[in-house]
Amino acid sequence: MNNNQKQADLETYCYHCGDYCKDESYCIGDKVFCCVGCKSVFEILNGNNLCDYYKLDDNPGIAPFKNVIKQFEFLDDESVAEKLIDFRNNDFSSVTFEIPQMHCSSCIWLLEQLYKINSAIFFSRVDFLNKQLNLKFDHNKISLKEVVLLLANLGYEPLLNLDSIQEKSKAKSENKIYYKLGLAGFCFGNIMLFSFPEYFSISRNDQIFREFFNYLNFILALPVVFYSASDYFVSAYKGIKEKILNIDFPISLGITALFLKSSFDVFFNSSAGYFDSLSGLVFFLLLGKIFQNKTYNILKFDRDYKSFFPLSVIVLKNSEEISVPVSKLKIGDRIKIRNKEIIPADSILFKGEGNIDYSFVTGEAEAVPKVMGELVYAGGRQIGGAIELEVVKEVSQSYLTRLWNNSDFTEHSGSKLESLSNLAGKYFTYIILFIAVSAYLFWMKEGAEKALNVFTSVLIIACPCALALSVPFTMGNTLRIFGRNKFYLKNISVIELINKITSIVFDKTGTITKSGISQVEFHGKILKPEQACLIKSLVKNSTHPLSKAIYNSLINYDDLELNNFIELEGKGIKGNINGIEIKLGNKLFVEEIFESQPDKKNTQVYISINQEPLGYFTVANKYRNGMKNLMRKLQGKFKLFLLSGDNDGEKIFLKEYFEDENSLLFNQNPIEKLSFIKNLQAKGEKVLMIGDGLNDAGALKRSDVGISVTESINNFSPACDAILDAETLTKLPEFLKMSAASFNLVKISFVISLLYNSIGLTFAVQGFLTPIISAILMPISSISVVLFAILSTNIFAKKYGL
Amino acid sequence: MSVILILIGFSLLIAIAFLTAFLLSVKNGQFKDTYTPSIRILFDKEENKKFKTDNKRK
Repeated sequence: MNNNQKQADLETYCYHCGDYCKDESYCIGDKVFCCVGCKSVFEILNGNNLCDYYKLDDNPGIAPFKNVIKQFEFLDDESVAEKLIDFRNNDFSSVTFEIPQMHCSSCIWLLEQLYKINSAIFFSRVDFLNKQLNLKFDHNKISLKEVVLLLANLGYEPLLNLDSIQEKSKAKSENKIYYKLGLAGFCFGNIMLFSFPEYFSISRNDQIFREFFNYLNFILALPVVFYSASDYFVSAYKGIKEKILNIDFPISLGITALFLKSSFDVFFNSSAGYFDSLSGLVFFLLLGKIFQNKTYNILKFDRDYKSFFPLSVIVLKNSEEISVPVSKLKIGDRIKIRNKEIIPADSILFKGEGNIDYSFVTGEAEAVPKVMGELVYAGGRQIGGAIELEVVKEVSQSYLTRLWNNSDFTEHSGSKLESLSNLAGKYFTYIILFIAVSAYLFWMKEGAEKALNVFTSVLIIACPCALALSVPFTMGNTLRIFGRNKFYLKNISVIELINKITSIVFDKTGTITKSGISQVEFHGKILKPEQACLIKSLVKNSTHPLSKAIYNSLINYDDLELNNFIELEGKGIKGNINGIEIKLGNKLFVEEIFESQPDKKNTQVYISINQEPLGYFTVANKYRNGMKNLMRKLQGKFKLFLLSGDNDGEKIFLKEYFEDENSLLFNQNPIEKLSFIKNLQAKGEKVLMIGDGLNDAGALKRSDVGISVTESINNFSPACDAILDAETLTKLPEFLKMSAASFNLVKISFVISLLYNSIGLTFAVQGFLTPIISAILMPISSISVVLFAILSTNIFAKKYGL
Repeated sequence: MSVILILIGFSLLIAIAFLTAFLLSVKNGQFKDTYTPSIRILFDKEENKKFKTDNKRK
């Protein structure tokens, strides 16, 4: 980069956050800042010798104060602070914040140098993947509030909402499975080594060595059975208690048989037993379990209104502004809500001009004006100046909260399917037990000991290790493939559910349309202000969505009186203002020239004043790209529906996307959406709902599979089964195909593993099973199933372009 | 040959030591965040010079 270029960059873009600077009113030396916030961050950093921040990445900063200045007085409240703090003793407190803003190495660097700004914060550690910051600070020198303020002043305001003060400490149980796996792996390896002499019949003649190895193996197997494998016993027991034979039942049966028979062999027959197979089995099973439990740390699938609500709100008391935790709001409190803040409780507008955006609750795109004395429901977002409200209902009693706690919302759809492997496990168990018992009866004539031996052999060899591995590895790998394509599933059972889908329900706002206002641009001669006024006055009279979009783009111009307004459907509109004729519409209508090549991406609206063509407006399609293609691909295979909280103004457009006009439903409130899904399910349909926002929350939860679409995965998304990045919505048909494929692949690997089982069983029923056969068969079957699962899913993913 | 018994005993002890090391590292969260340390190591150590407001790069 040459010097001039650099100079130009420094002049026009904020040194701190990289935003465009309107003027140079904020500058220090040759560094220009876009706002006072960025400038002050620079000053803080510069004053503390922290300017390396700007060397690590270009314009790494986050402009603070871009939103409203928040107050953190509520953090002085002991009860709130206590919930946030992980640990506290006399000298220091330890706290973990979620900071979604961190995005680059500069952020990590700065957040780990906080001690330079305030020495009371003596420890800070970033977990970048989880967007977490762990701090230890001396609470005698700095309060929690001051820590949060410091972070906020630097642009890294921690995420503090009702949710963040509730659940904590999940990490411990996650570690457990790694302990189990580590232990099982260790024992497996050692037992395998100590069994080698046995495999090669070396120690046959050496009594001391044999016994030594056998007892050693026995000791090593104990933690595997009683610690590593404990989950399987627990799960099998739970299953039996609920009268379900799950896949864990034959597994536990196999492990028990292996352990008992091997111990018996070691102590009474002084032979080796099957400890190697036993520990290998547990090791592979745990490996599968870890593989399928791929979680997306940053994503939260079970968020509810609590993570949507702020932690605190400003309460006016004796003309003083105090910040109070939302949970402590009382009826009659006077609260102040500023621009873009969320109203936490049902309340009455007391002062100011309300303009409430309910898009999150109802899906209605336009903000609703409210006047003094009107009731405002919780969950709305104020757009415009600050307003004062009087709380009429507590947070827990508010409309939105009650909606959420409504039994329909919380109701668990009982129709969730029995998982494939459990289904297989059930039949499998019956068959195995049948074979084992008949083999036992058959061998009775040779004596009870021989019969018992065969009986346990059957149970051992039939232990469905490979069977149990096929689901975790096939589905787990599919989950990973989806994750690479920005389609994040809650867990692997969602893949099974996706396969049963018969209808797909779309939400409109934010799902198939982009959120936000459409982009309107004018092409042609430069519009004079008086011409803009004329156009604005004309389009004001039309309810056509395109007119509305143009109107919104010209909102700053004056209104004029319009006469002789005529709207010709499918052509355009025209009218007279002070004798000037204005025409607006398609090219044929306005310029009387046939439009040969209409631009598909954007809609063009031509304009003429007094027969003189001026140019045209392009209105960028609000619908996401590729929607038509998506619908065409899905059409025929699934029943498609559209549920919109909005009015039917865009029905004309949507008709092009959905073949059946009756499948378009407008003005749906959250409850209606929910009951629509319910009705579909009552007709035996399996419903996939794709939506965003709280207004779809009930429907998402009720549907068999709820997918929440989001522009950025760090944004709020309602409770759902899967989160889909908006960009990849067009890949939905491929996702559906891939799930079907992986479902079939699981079935194929079931067959493979059953093949191995039957080979083993032929040995077992004849009474030929030896430790070495089992030690060969078990790993081979497991590994081949795992390889098959991973390779085949990758091949299919490639085929579908995922 | 009985020396093997002793050797095996020791080798097992060493193996157990490594196992404990692994379990401890899991406990300390070494596997929780596998990304941030890779960035952290690239940061320069303390440079005690104040950033000049009028840039030298001019």
